[in-house]
Amino acid sequence: MIKIRDLKIRLGKKQVLNGVDLDIPTGKTVVVMGRSGTGKSVLFKNIIGLMHPDSGSIEVDGQEVVGLREKDLNEVRKRFGVLFQSGALFDSMTVGENVGLPLREHTKLPDAEIAKRVADRLEWVGLKGVEAMKPASLSGGMRKRVGLARAIAMDPAYILYDEPTTGLDPIMSDVINRLIRSLQQRIGVTSIVVTHDMNSAYHVADEMALLNEGRVVFTGTPDEARTTSNPMVRQFIEGSSEGPIKP
Amino acid sequence: MTEWLEDGYDYLRDKLIDGIAEVGRIAMLVGDTFRKLGRGLRSFGLVVDQMDHIGVQSLMLVFIVSLFTGAVAAVQAGYQFANVVPLKFIGSVILRSVIIELGPVLTALIVGGRVGASIAAELGTMRVTEQIDALDAMAINPVRYLVVPRVVAAVIMLPMLTIIANFIAIIGGWIVCVTTLDVSTHTYVTSMKTFFFMKDLWSGLIKAFFFGGIIAWMGCYYGFRTEGGAEGVGIATTRAVVSACVLVLVSDYVIANVLFRFIFAS
Ligand SMILES: Nc1ncnc2c1ncn2[C@@H]1O[C@H](COP(=O)(O)OP(=O)(O)OP(=O)(O)O)[C@@H](O)[C@H]1O
Ligand SMILES: [Mg+2]
Repeated sequence: MIKIRDLKIRLGKKQVLNGVDLDIPTGKTVVVMGRSGTGKSVLFKNIIGLMHPDSGSIEVDGQEVVGLREKDLNEVRKRFGVLFQSGALFDSMTVGENVGLPLREHTKLPDAEIAKRVADRLEWVGLKGVEAMKPASLSGGMRKRVGLARAIAMDPAYILYDEPTTGLDPIMSDVINRLIRSLQQRIGVTSIVVTHDMNSAYHVADEMALLNEGRVVFTGTPDEARTTSNPMVRQFIEGSSEGPIKP
Repeated sequence: MTEWLEDGYDYLRDKLIDGIAEVGRIAMLVGDTFRKLGRGLRSFGLVVDQMDHIGVQSLMLVFIVSLFTGAVAAVQAGYQFANVVPLKFIGSVILRSVIIELGPVLTALIVGGRVGASIAAELGTMRVTEQIDALDAMAINPVRYLVVPRVVAAVIMLPMLTIIANFIAIIGGWIVCVTTLDVSTHTYVTSMKTFFFMKDLWSGLIKAFFFGGIIAWMGCYYGFRTEGGAEGVGIATTRAVVSACVLVLVSDYVIANVLFRFIFAS
């Protein structure tokens, strides 16, 4: 369970988050939507301590993570798998080394065991036998899947997805959506998916949250989002430039 | 008129504050590097990779530059000695100017250009493609994982490269002496032996050690602070190289003063 309360952060001259309240219940997938530049990535970076809020609170399993020392923060981070927008694969390493890196760094598993786990995770994401390839020779969709394999290498309790389907073709988007779903069913993981791809949002969400002007202005199930009369949600879903959300 | 003054004042004040903040941030990076040194050295494979990258792959460049440096030193000495100082002293002049000054400084400047740029470009790219965020998110400290191996490799490899550079430069000087200056090998070597002082060699190597740290830290610092895509990487690279080279020359002066006035003063 992640509880975010009254989170505020100012970057440069802009109050990016202005009192965000959000709950991510254990085992659920919460989709955070919002226009480009509303601070979705900033919210996501606050959760794993890559950015630090000016005020507010983020609790992970009852533990406050805002203001935590690096050592304790790292213990929290080890429970998270993170899929970055671009995959963020290390291009000096092979795919296998990328996926195995958290295992090599944080466990004492022997190399053979790590190789097995890497092969296994790559198989989960539908990429068998690509260990020796370099990230530079992968397509965008493959990179995201390798990034996902790396994110789940340590069997995390939480996965953060930053725009997992942006920039992918519809078929690859569907592959990723199904992966997000199947991971939730397979290992009972709690997920936050940041996206503005409505298709993907409906597909993977247990709950949806809409971020606008630094606040969460709506939360509800996909069905509630479809039927709500909240004008901001309507506008966002319909993709209209006219309405309460300023273009 | 007063407005003009005010703007000027604001500009200078902002520049000053930026400058102080920059020095502070660099000092923090240096401090962090020392704090993570122990843990960082445990992944010694990373250090070895960097030693290859920083040291071994610079050999060719160091070789060429040193050979010509020694040759030029010999030509210059030959010209300046003419009818003033007997040429039998030429070996010692070349030796001492190479090991105290030319070897370490020129090596640092060329390695600073090559390695400082490549570190800044690599880490800068990692920054803008979220790879450094990814390290943090995986609970892998980027200073330990990226900075420590580079700094350690650089402070080891710079003195080594300097020794090689010294050796090659002396050979370069010797070639000029025997081919164009009519100085025999025997004279060249005897002169070097007579005026060789261990502290000269040491002073050069101590400098090289510090130069290695400067180059790696500047590359890492500007790499880490890169923002804004490919253009940002280009800016970071330039800044890393320029500041590394300037700091090498400034610290050369400072270290030389400390060494020859206090430590080796006797
Ligand atoms: N490091 C930073 N320094 C200053 N401003 C920043 C920084 N990071 C983000 N911002 C600003 O914060 C706002 C939100 O950025 P963010 O990246 O979170 O948007 P986003 O919702 O993820 O958008 P997208 O959907 O395009 O990824 C933007 O206006 C951006 O300019
Ligand atoms: Mg984003």
